[in-house]
Amino acid sequence: MLKYLLKRFFWMIPLLVGISLISFMIMHLAPGDITSSEASFNPKASEESRQKLRELYSLDKPVIVQYSLWMKRMATLNFGTSFASHQRPVFWQTKDKDGNVTLGMIQEALPITLLINVLSLILIIAIALPLGVISALKQNQLADRVITLFVFIGFAIPGFWLALMLMYWTGVQHNWLPISGLQSLGHEHLHWLGKTLDTLKHLALPVFISAITGLAGIALFVRNGMLEVLHQDYITTARSKGLNEHRVVYGHALRNALLPLITIFGLSIPGLIGGSVIAESIFAIPGMGKLFYDAVLMRDFPVIMGILTIGALLTLIGNLVADVAYAWADPRVRRGVMQ
Amino acid sequence: MVKWLHPRNLLQVMTWVILTALMVGCGDSTSNKSIHKIDYSKDYPANSGGTLIDAMTGEPSGLIAMIAGESAASAIAGNIFNSLLKYDKNLELTGELAKSWEISPDQRTITFHLKPDLKWADNTPLTSDDVLFTWQKVTDEKTRTPYGSDFKLVTLAETPDANTFRVTYKAPYAPALDTWAGLHILPKHLLKDQDINTTAFARNPVGSHYYKLEQWKNGQYLKLTRNVNATQGQAKIDHLLSRIIPDKAAQFLELSADNIDSMGLNPIQYARIFPARPELNKNIALYKELGNSYTYLGFNLKRKPFDDIRVRQAINYAINKQEIIDGVLLGLGEPVASPYKPGTRWSNPALKPYPYDPAKAKALLKAAGYEDHDGDGIIDKDGKPFSFEILTNQNKEREMTGVLIQRRLKEVGIDANIRVLEWASFLGRFIKPKEFDVVVLGWSLSLDPDQYSIWHSSQQAPGQFNFISYSNPRVDKLLEAGRLELNPDKRMKIYHEFSAILLEDSPIVYLSAGYGLSAIHKRVRGISNPAPPAGIGHNTYEWNIPQAYARSEMSEH
Repeated sequence: MLKYLLKRFFWMIPLLVGISLISFMIMHLAPGDITSSEASFNPKASEESRQKLRELYSLDKPVIVQYSLWMKRMATLNFGTSFASHQRPVFWQTKDKDGNVTLGMIQEALPITLLINVLSLILIIAIALPLGVISALKQNQLADRVITLFVFIGFAIPGFWLALMLMYWTGVQHNWLPISGLQSLGHEHLHWLGKTLDTLKHLALPVFISAITGLAGIALFVRNGMLEVLHQDYITTARSKGLNEHRVVYGHALRNALLPLITIFGLSIPGLIGGSVIAESIFAIPGMGKLFYDAVLMRDFPVIMGILTIGALLTLIGNLVADVAYAWADPRVRRGVMQ
Repeated sequence: MVKWLHPRNLLQVMTWVILTALMVGCGDSTSNKSIHKIDYSKDYPANSGGTLIDAMTGEPSGLIAMIAGESAASAIAGNIFNSLLKYDKNLELTGELAKSWEISPDQRTITFHLKPDLKWADNTPLTSDDVLFTWQKVTDEKTRTPYGSDFKLVTLAETPDANTFRVTYKAPYAPALDTWAGLHILPKHLLKDQDINTTAFARNPVGSHYYKLEQWKNGQYLKLTRNVNATQGQAKIDHLLSRIIPDKAAQFLELSADNIDSMGLNPIQYARIFPARPELNKNIALYKELGNSYTYLGFNLKRKPFDDIRVRQAINYAINKQEIIDGVLLGLGEPVASPYKPGTRWSNPALKPYPYDPAKAKALLKAAGYEDHDGDGIIDKDGKPFSFEILTNQNKEREMTGVLIQRRLKEVGIDANIRVLEWASFLGRFIKPKEFDVVVLGWSLSLDPDQYSIWHSSQQAPGQFNFISYSNPRVDKLLEAGRLELNPDKRMKIYHEFSAILLEDSPIVYLSAGYGLSAIHKRVRGISNPAPPAGIGHNTYEWNIPQAYARSEMSEH
């Protein structure tokens, strides 16, 4: 098992290099660079000055040279500094000679996005699991139809529209929840409990929106998995053994139906760091989605590459974790791996 | 299996949790509602204090404007830093840090006399040394600024004494004064040992203007506090808080809920939503001011038939500008006939936009050889139909403008297609290599009349701004003369003549200049309405919030 893990782990290195090379090339295929943003199309900024900027950022060199420069920095785990945000470090904080700490861009955005996505994933599981099970047990009955309809409405509804409606209802008509932002203006003067409550109130709508739109996939997955398992011979055996229905459904069927979910969760690990641009813009949340989107618009190459590299790394780790978890949960897979 | 995972139990638990959350939420729903009942029409004497909360769509990258460059940075940094000169409410140059300035008889040397006893927010004296330092930084090869070229024209910069700063240009350079009005003076004592490209000062600046930065929460807000050491006078409002809310609809909801005091509006919000919502108008006042830019249709003059003045004028006559203003800007804009703000010194009052006159357009096209010979509804010449592509970038107003133009051109028999592109490819693949027929774009209504880089025939290389390849020897001469003339009255005559030729030549069709629109809560007093040419922001230091209307302490801190 350990040998298998090590092998898988070392395979990730060439994969990562390959992914980063392709990402770098594709990024440079898009026309323009940091000096060709709409704001810089300004007669006060001369072409010579822009050419000088290109040289300072090494943008005048061939792409492959730029890539090797980037690789050289990455070899020391240096993600570099942003072009567009006054040379802020892309990944982690730096300290200058006077002791001023500048926080990294990903360092700041990642925890926010992670918190929202983890909360919404928990919410999705908490709702989708029982919904899927009920749906399967009451297949083609009223409850099943209502649930299916409900999750599909959630899936099909435009998230930004629902968000604005809920913001209007809970924030303008009633003063229940804050409309946008991450914290209230008086946040730092609050007690820790008040701070937590304040943050949770701000996150309530974004998490809800993200959960409601992601519900359908998992709920239907559980439903179909359950249906398949319920028709297996060992369920019939369990029933004929005289086990009560509760034990049949939860002790035998659900456990087996949940196995494929492991893969889904493994694959959703990289998704955890990717925020939704639309939701983050509407709710004014400074998360990863907005960071990446702005970086792409500004052609802020170090930031784009930083996020892509971390995303690629997490995808590979997610795959590995899913495979390992699968092996752990399913003896058949485990045996296959060992051979 | 865990008992609570049973569907029935779980649903009960969830229902309970949601209900509790809603009830907890309702608990404080009364606190804010009383605000809406305040009568904001009473008069109070101006007092100092209070917090003004506004919203901006983007976050500044830093507060050293020469490096940051984007509008969010300039907006915030403009409250923190001073320049030598500034524009007054009528957009005339006046002193800011400078008490006065003199121009030598040969017009090559400008001497600025600083106001006495200037200070930085940290109470250090601000002297001509700081000005010299700033000039050295902006012209330094290592500084990552796109704005250095104007300042590199200075051949000698000196500080004869602590209150005098003198610059000498190789040749008279009339836009110089405007460039000094745009350069924020930076403190030498804090920056002399720093790399200006990376310094933490950009996020923790010390300036000399009305406000200083108190707090910057990345991605959330910037809070400014009144600078008690300000030497330009004391602003009345204590704190300016700018929240970063990228979405305009979310900003509008925050404004409706009285969580922010001011925001910029789009024409739909101004002309449709506010009139339909009387309860909003009770608390919120609307303002409009001259915009900073105009939209135009520009021809590629290197391509046939746009090299023919009759064709350009015909298209100018065929386009209904008022229709574009009414349809795209909902009436919230003005037609322009020169690249200068209407009502300011540089704008030639004798010039009128081309009227909408399809008959004249057809006659001009006929004179240029274009007629519908084959009867397919599209005019042609030498067997080739008059058909071209209107190129624009992803900008809703420009796309809509393109559609209105397309329809009007069809009426005179011209077949125009619209193509919308993302900015970087628009610029890189079409504008730079001049691979376009016609573009819909915008230029700013510049405060200094010099437009050498846009219209002079020498400025046509790839990446330069005369990408339509306009070339007129008379205009070249005027633009050169305008750069050499520092006397405002003589300069005015030069640019009036320049705009007249430009209008006649019709290398571009002026389409519209939209108003700047904003909504500000009525608790904020002292705002000029109607706005002077410089806009409502010209006197923010006089804005005030009467004590009776200030927000409660809790939401201020």
